[in-house]
Amino acid sequence: MTINARSKSHSPPAVEFKSSTFSVPVLSLTNNDLVIIEKLLDEKIKLAPEFFKHSPIVVDLSDVNKKELFINFGDLVACIRKSGLFVIGVRGGNEQQNLEAITLGIPVNTSQSNPETKIDYTKSSTRTPLQVDDELTFHDSNNVIITKPIRSGQRIYSHGDLIVLAQVGAGAEILAEGNIHVYGSLRGRALAGVQGNTEARIFCLNLQAELISIAGNYKISDDIQGAIANAPIQIYLQKNTLVIKSLV
Amino acid sequence: MARIIVVTSGKGGVGKTTTSAAISMGLAKKGHKTVVIDFDVGLRNLDLIMGCERRVVYDIINVINGEATLHQALIKDKNCNLLSILPASQTRNKDALTQEGIGKILEELAKEFKYIVCDSPAGIEKGAHLAMYFADDAFIVTNPEVSSVRDSDRILGLLASKSRRAEQNAEPIKEYLLLSRYSQERVRSKEMLSLDDVQEILSLDLLGVIPESKSVLLASNSGIPVILDEKSDAGQAYADIVARYLGEKKPHRFIDDKKGFFRKLFGGK
Repeated sequence: MTINARSKSHSPPAVEFKSSTFSVPVLSLTNNDLVIIEKLLDEKIKLAPEFFKHSPIVVDLSDVNKKELFINFGDLVACIRKSGLFVIGVRGGNEQQNLEAITLGIPVNTSQSNPETKIDYTKSSTRTPLQVDDELTFHDSNNVIITKPIRSGQRIYSHGDLIVLAQVGAGAEILAEGNIHVYGSLRGRALAGVQGNTEARIFCLNLQAELISIAGNYKISDDIQGAIANAPIQIYLQKNTLVIKSLV
Repeated sequence: MARIIVVTSGKGGVGKTTTSAAISMGLAKKGHKTVVIDFDVGLRNLDLIMGCERRVVYDIINVINGEATLHQALIKDKNCNLLSILPASQTRNKDALTQEGIGKILEELAKEFKYIVCDSPAGIEKGAHLAMYFADDAFIVTNPEVSSVRDSDRILGLLASKSRRAEQNAEPIKEYLLLSRYSQERVRSKEMLSLDDVQEILSLDLLGVIPESKSVLLASNSGIPVILDEKSDAGQAYADIVARYLGEKKPHRFIDDKKGFFRKLFGGK
């Protein structure tokens, strides 16, 4: 990912390829009975019709296939479409299902059916036959590395960690879904774990920030004052309280 | 290849126009064909500092609107024939500036001049944006005080994101720091930020320090760029800056206290 990708306004050529990350719900199947599936889907959608309306969805077939239950992929897609969802991908499918997916214009995601997720499904024997899984993010390289000073008024967002090899000026704002590392003075605002990751941390060499926040828990400059200045520090969340601690 | 220099700061009253006048004169005096453009439409001052206010007939807006040719609007400097001035319009506002119009003017000027100095208005709105948009080099004029430093930081952010070079993903604009109105005495009494403080916040290459000097006001009032006052400290500071910009190695001056010697002698602090 390039520097300033978000703060620059490009006047691009007609077509440009960009890497981006999306959160998409995953529908993981444990049963091959289309009637049950349809019924459960309808029930689920009724709970939050706006949320599911035209929602893209990835179908996970790994469990069904592990149980060697036959399912016709074309029929399954038709059944899901009937409930107003758009199937935009399939994972964990067998050769036949993948082939059917391609003919239906649905991308096959092979990289996601890793052993880790499989273990997860074997454990979940008590789950209802059908569920909308935790959100699956298509990870690429989500981390952003910035090598130049971040100036007042600039705003940088990272879907993963944000690593800044320079200073962050007063009036600048850096946000990350993961951790924030600043190898310089941090004078602006730094918000880590902006999507709610309470495990996220902020590291910097010199804390003079206007505001620091982890997963929505924040401290402003006045509250920080008296904290360790001019020394490497880390900030993390402990029982909903921000803890500022020296690294040395 | 012509080099486009923008003199900018964000904050007003820090010495952008004084600097534009001085460095354009300095570059011309060094034998480079130079033109200085006033982008402060509606609040033009460069003509006063350059002492050509009585000779303004057409201005940059007339050129953009096609009411005059570029050559009709350019004013030859009376002190140096390698220097020309393109004045701003006093009766219009910044909305009369267009990116397309400026682009055309700069393109035409680039055929003839070696250096094009753009005197930016204060602020970050249209005038300032267009002054910096086409730049190759940026002279960031900063006073040693917190608001000026923060505004400069903001401008640096815009240079890195809202300029032509940034939009075309070309080599970024080269940024230089000019610390003006510097008074060692006031730094010592903590009324001003020190050079180190400013550099720590901005982390920028220092092109020169211009001392607070009466000669600047005198020069402005008489319409002669201060760089021509070779005896004055500010004039010498600008001469150093031009030389450094052109690649000469010159030690930084006007940072040390004038009374430093006595201070050392008597052990004062």
